[in-house]
Amino acid sequence: MKALILVGGFGTRLRPLTLSWPKPLVEFCNKAIILHQIEALVKAGVKDIVLAVNYRPEVMVSVLKKTEEELGITITFSVENEPLDTAGPLALARDILGKDDSPFFVLNADVTCTYPFEAFRDFHLAHGCEGSIMVTKVAEPSNYGVVVTKPGTTIIDRFVEKPVEFVGNRINAGIYIFHPKVLDRIELRPTSIEKEVFPAIVADGQLHSYDLQGFWMDVGQPKDYIAGTCLYLSHLTATHSSLLSDPTKNKWVYGGNVLVDPTAEVDPTAVLGPNVVIGAGVKIGAGVRLQRCIILSNAVVRDHAWVANSIVGWNSNVGRWTRVENITVLGDDVTIKDELYVNGASVLPHKSISTSITEPRIVM
Amino acid sequence: MAVTKGVILVGGPSKGTRMRPLSLDCPKPLLPIAGKPMIWHPLAALAQVSGLVEIIIIGFYEDSVMSGFIKDAKREFPNITITYLREYRPLGTAGGLYHFRDSILRAPTPQHIFICNIDVACSFPLAEMMTLHSKHRGVGTILSVTVKKETATQYGCIVTDPETQQMVHYVEKPDSWISNMVNGGVYLFDKTLFDEIKVAMDDKTARAAEDPLVKPDEILRLEQDVIVPLAAAKKMYVYETKSFWRQMKTAASAVTASSLYLNNFAKTSPELLAKPSASIISPTFIDPTASIDPTAKIGPNVAIGPHVRIGKGARVKDAIIMEGSVLEQHSCVLNSIVGTDCHIGPWARVDGAPEPEAEVKGQISVTVLATEVTLAPETLVRSCIVLPNKSLDRNSANQVLL
Repeated sequence: MKALILVGGFGTRLRPLTLSWPKPLVEFCNKAIILHQIEALVKAGVKDIVLAVNYRPEVMVSVLKKTEEELGITITFSVENEPLDTAGPLALARDILGKDDSPFFVLNADVTCTYPFEAFRDFHLAHGCEGSIMVTKVAEPSNYGVVVTKPGTTIIDRFVEKPVEFVGNRINAGIYIFHPKVLDRIELRPTSIEKEVFPAIVADGQLHSYDLQGFWMDVGQPKDYIAGTCLYLSHLTATHSSLLSDPTKNKWVYGGNVLVDPTAEVDPTAVLGPNVVIGAGVKIGAGVRLQRCIILSNAVVRDHAWVANSIVGWNSNVGRWTRVENITVLGDDVTIKDELYVNGASVLPHKSISTSITEPRIVM
Repeated sequence: MAVTKGVILVGGPSKGTRMRPLSLDCPKPLLPIAGKPMIWHPLAALAQVSGLVEIIIIGFYEDSVMSGFIKDAKREFPNITITYLREYRPLGTAGGLYHFRDSILRAPTPQHIFICNIDVACSFPLAEMMTLHSKHRGVGTILSVTVKKETATQYGCIVTDPETQQMVHYVEKPDSWISNMVNGGVYLFDKTLFDEIKVAMDDKTARAAEDPLVKPDEILRLEQDVIVPLAAAKKMYVYETKSFWRQMKTAASAVTASSLYLNNFAKTSPELLAKPSASIISPTFIDPTASIDPTAKIGPNVAIGPHVRIGKGARVKDAIIMEGSVLEQHSCVLNSIVGTDCHIGPWARVDGAPEPEAEVKGQISVTVLATEVTLAPETLVRSCIVLPNKSLDRNSANQVLL
């Protein structure tokens, strides 16, 4: 089987992190975002993966070269010379996606969920139609495109964009599976899969919806990246994952959902949790208090610091008695001096901060 | 040697409202500044003056408010007579002095009288003032200080003859800029001051008889009613201090004044300060009854009152922690005043901005927690004024919490 991942552009919404790393390589719960997806695809029998990109960062090529070898798959970079929106990249990768009659997956790179690709594939093969889209239930559907099915079936009847009255609460989760004949509907030009391709398939009664169980989150921006991290950690807790730090063995775990890379050092007097991710080589000092935050690899959080609702970038340094909160994002190699207060700052890489940032702002 | 006496003008409970919320529970003269009551600083300086036999404190606080301090001061300075004289009603700075003239002038009759306002923090260069005073033939010598042009009009502005140090003009809080040299709130007068006050008083009574807008009361202000005519008559001289000086009108200024005094202690009387160590950065004052965890980091510019308890890994800097307060582990207090019997939870943060030179209306810099304020674990209070007996479990910034 085959898959296409819509990576797109520079991931500007996740800056300042994406100034240092291409977005697919930014760690999500200690693993590159794209690796979560590739591993799940491979588990469902995918051998050929196409990355639809607007640019081709060398670092991504070399990282994924290793992945190719380890997993025994082929990863192809399909580079768009002009942005082709969400459907155009399928036409561009036609040679790979249409090389045989097996179906192919399409997914948005920003989406995190449990990736139940095997069940999704089985569902798709069972109904035998042209396409299937994953849907997820949301509490407030009015900001999304809602998927409405024909009564008593999984066949999609119509899409209602930003509904004013309640028509359902299932929304497009950004994960699809298609028979290769769908490629005949797509030309090589900027085309929207949601607005142009789906309505045509729906008109032919060939598109089914599949209910995604469990969490779903678009992690394309810092606030949602943090929220998505919490959802993923709760999923690990619910499945009794051995990746999480065991509160009965580590007295510094408070409230659970704490994921610590084995190479990180955590002082026993620190208090971590709930919802904390500590990356490789990170050092957490004495009396540090962390909650709802992500500390990326090789960062240092010094004694008595307090961090909540924030992302501390790679190789960054949070000073002693410093308080960091309110969706602060520190880029790569940022230093926050001792005793400061940092409220909702976005700090670009390699900055040294020596005075408090009391109101949310971007530090260039 | 000529007999000298000192007078400290402390005002009363209806004054010093800008010191709220601290002055709600502690009279302003007794607020701890650098670990000592505010009034202790001028008193200790006066006690060092050679030939000074008596210090008279004038104000309209009840006797019981001042009696504890007077008792302690008498014990600390046994060779000096220390008395508190209570005005039956506010008489103005000069009115109060005149009202108690017999007490001030009684034997041994002083040749010179120092007068200090309660609300200035400075090095009290009293010996230098005396040296200048004995060289001129004026009635009084005033301590002056040069301030920034933007703030000068908030003070009593002085114009001098730079050759003779003679005061040629004085205006209290002028509308427009006159001079960067301002009244430092410390004076040295000959005993003939009382003749000058008498003249000013008669003058006022005479004006009251002619002008119905002038009230025929005893209220007489030292600055406007006495120093202005003395300047006009070329009877005042000016000693300009180059050392530290700060007015203490607002609660925020207490932190600044405290740190100025602590830095001065480091030079003049380091024995008053806590010994520097890995966890204590000088200058810091720690009351001997306070308990500080060895992993906490304290200072510089910190004054910690009696029975305060500071937990593991706590951080205190540029702050006053008043009697009986508790700072739990890993809490952090910066640029703030923590009032009596407050409780700061673990990882809570009490944070302020340093006091600006010129006050901006409606903008809070230093955080002030009044008596018995409780802060829940991990909460942040930044640039807030918190009134007594509040329990805070949410973050707050830039506001007054009633």
